[in-house]
Amino acid sequence: MRTDARRRRRGAALTAALLLAALAGAGASSAKEESAEQPKEGADWQSWHVNNDAADLASVQRGARNFVSHCLGCHSLKYERWSRLGADLNIPPTLLQQALLPPGDKATEYIQTSMPAADAADWFGKTPPDLSLMARARGPDYLYQMLKTFYVDPTRQTGANNLRLPTIAMPDVLSPLAGLKRAVFRDEINAAGAHEQVFDHFEQLAPGSMSAAEYDGFVRDTVNFLDYVSEPTQTARRALGVWVVLFLLAFTWLAWLVKREYWKDVH
Amino acid sequence: MAVKTATGAPAELPRGSAPAKKGFRAWLNKRLPVDEFVSTQLTGYYAPKNFNIWYFFGSLAMVVLVLQLVTGIFLTMFYKPGEATSFDSVEFIMREVNYGWLIRYLHSTGASAFFIVVYLHMFRAFLYGSYRAPRELLWLVGMAVYLALMAEAFMGYVLPWGNMSFWGAQVIVNLFGTIPGIGPGLVEWIRGDYGIADATLNRFFSLHVVALPLALLLLVLLHLVALRQTGSNNPDGIEIKARLGADGKPLDGIPFHPYYTVKDVVGIGVFFVLFAIVVFFVPTLGGLFLEAPNFDPANPLSTPAEISPVWYFTPYYAILRAVPNQRFGALLMLLAVVSFLFVPWLDRSPVKSMRYRGWISRTALALFVIAFIVLGFLGKRPPEGLYVVLARIFTVVYFAFFWLMPFYTRIDRVKPVPERVVYHAH
Repeated sequence: MRTDARRRRRGAALTAALLLAALAGAGASSAKEESAEQPKEGADWQSWHVNNDAADLASVQRGARNFVSHCLGCHSLKYERWSRLGADLNIPPTLLQQALLPPGDKATEYIQTSMPAADAADWFGKTPPDLSLMARARGPDYLYQMLKTFYVDPTRQTGANNLRLPTIAMPDVLSPLAGLKRAVFRDEINAAGAHEQVFDHFEQLAPGSMSAAEYDGFVRDTVNFLDYVSEPTQTARRALGVWVVLFLLAFTWLAWLVKREYWKDVH
Repeated sequence: MAVKTATGAPAELPRGSAPAKKGFRAWLNKRLPVDEFVSTQLTGYYAPKNFNIWYFFGSLAMVVLVLQLVTGIFLTMFYKPGEATSFDSVEFIMREVNYGWLIRYLHSTGASAFFIVVYLHMFRAFLYGSYRAPRELLWLVGMAVYLALMAEAFMGYVLPWGNMSFWGAQVIVNLFGTIPGIGPGLVEWIRGDYGIADATLNRFFSLHVVALPLALLLLVLLHLVALRQTGSNNPDGIEIKARLGADGKPLDGIPFHPYYTVKDVVGIGVFFVLFAIVVFFVPTLGGLFLEAPNFDPANPLSTPAEISPVWYFTPYYAILRAVPNQRFGALLMLLAVVSFLFVPWLDRSPVKSMRYRGWISRTALALFVIAFIVLGFLGKRPPEGLYVVLARIFTVVYFAFFWLMPFYTRIDRVKPVPERVVYHAH
């Protein structure tokens, strides 16, 4: 992912798109570049893996920025304090204050949306869930697939539907970035002999402000951030674990030497 | 010269240490039989010298018990039982308490580790006939420890108040409702409410941190006392007390301390290496030790896609679901646990150890282990299609192991048992 980010910064968007296509097995290029040889876009969405790494600080930082500008309007992170986020993500207090903290919020407070829960329930049919633990409850791949499989559905109140979470209450708020997609279904006869609408592929209706590769990076960063928030101690946990295991190996070796010495007497 | 104990009887002194006439040690031993305890229970307690790897799991179970008690004490300092507070307080421990995440992972991994070592400890008993006379009570007390542990684990599992905690409690407590007549009233009495609720959570907390740990400690103590009375069995299934040397000590025995204390420390070291790898690198073990739905708070309006208990209960859960009738299924599940109690009397083999038994007993034990593992796997799968068929087949295998034991152990051809234990010096 870090490699992708560097390449993206160098402006080699096409290379990144090809790499991602190879990695995720997905046709990640935009509709304009689509050719006949490429697989149908989104057909394999269920096997998409985010392969995120919460230790990738730059990516988690970008994810925090994405969260604040695109998610915080409705979703809270009620178990994470702004100050904790700043400390863990190496964001200096002044920058945290300027770039991330909503006006009026203190750094010691928990990350809360300003949308009143009762109003939100009125507007969307349910209160948008808190996302603190979503990456642990559903898994990072679930979030990655969900954020990449919104499609236009005029039958839904919000005008949008989702492959990962059908009849999702959330509107497709990221469509200005990702563009609008149409889902093409095919008719199949299932095991019970009944007709079934099975998702076949996506068709891009309108481009967004980001290329497919850029949007993929955006989603990966955001999911990476949510993964970090779901267990902020995970990097420290792994770092400490290395030393604990090394100590225990050394201890066990010494204990074995003592045991061997004592057991020389036993015949 | 001899130091007197509080009762006036001469105390046995540890080997090699000079008796203390004066000073603090003599003063202490007149009032508290410290040296006597050491000499009868550690340096003077003779254990068979041919213990193999299967004999580590008893001491490991003790270590895990202590680990659970200590980490539990620290968790209780920050955990707040209650519908509105439990889930939040666990996340507070995970995020804001210094090293709270470590304490919590030690405790959650410890729960699973407890069952792993206890299951291996029980397998050892099956392998070498450790439940056979004169150790029937030792086995029964051990089974009581196992039952108390199951209750302790189940109630501890409910405390974080995740969605699977809630629905798991719902399913398990409702099993009591299948008891004819008193069932519905009993369920209400257990819950303290018309559903799994605040009252249930708080009484489970009380039982989990006070009543059941006390019961566990008492039962473990009884288990050790019974062990000291009969002495340990060994991989050859021979009574070492039957062959004493000129000094009155078993010829095939060695003092528990220092030989088995230094050996057990090695086992504890290896155990903690594996344990630490889980705690620090894969604390959820892919959803097996900590399940994903439990990162959602309890929600009576939203059932998880599949309700299943934690892995250590899944063999019994698969047996429950293998039966279409819920009442009969619950009865069979109960019988699956209770069957263990009868093993000392079901086993009719003339020898104790698998080493000297024939192919029938060996095959039976192997099939039982396979059945237990497969049922454990099936308990995590939806009860449909092939899974149900397999669950039924292995339920039959499970019970056949126990209830056909009087027959197959009698007709099984056994090998002659040696007079002395088989031991190869290292």
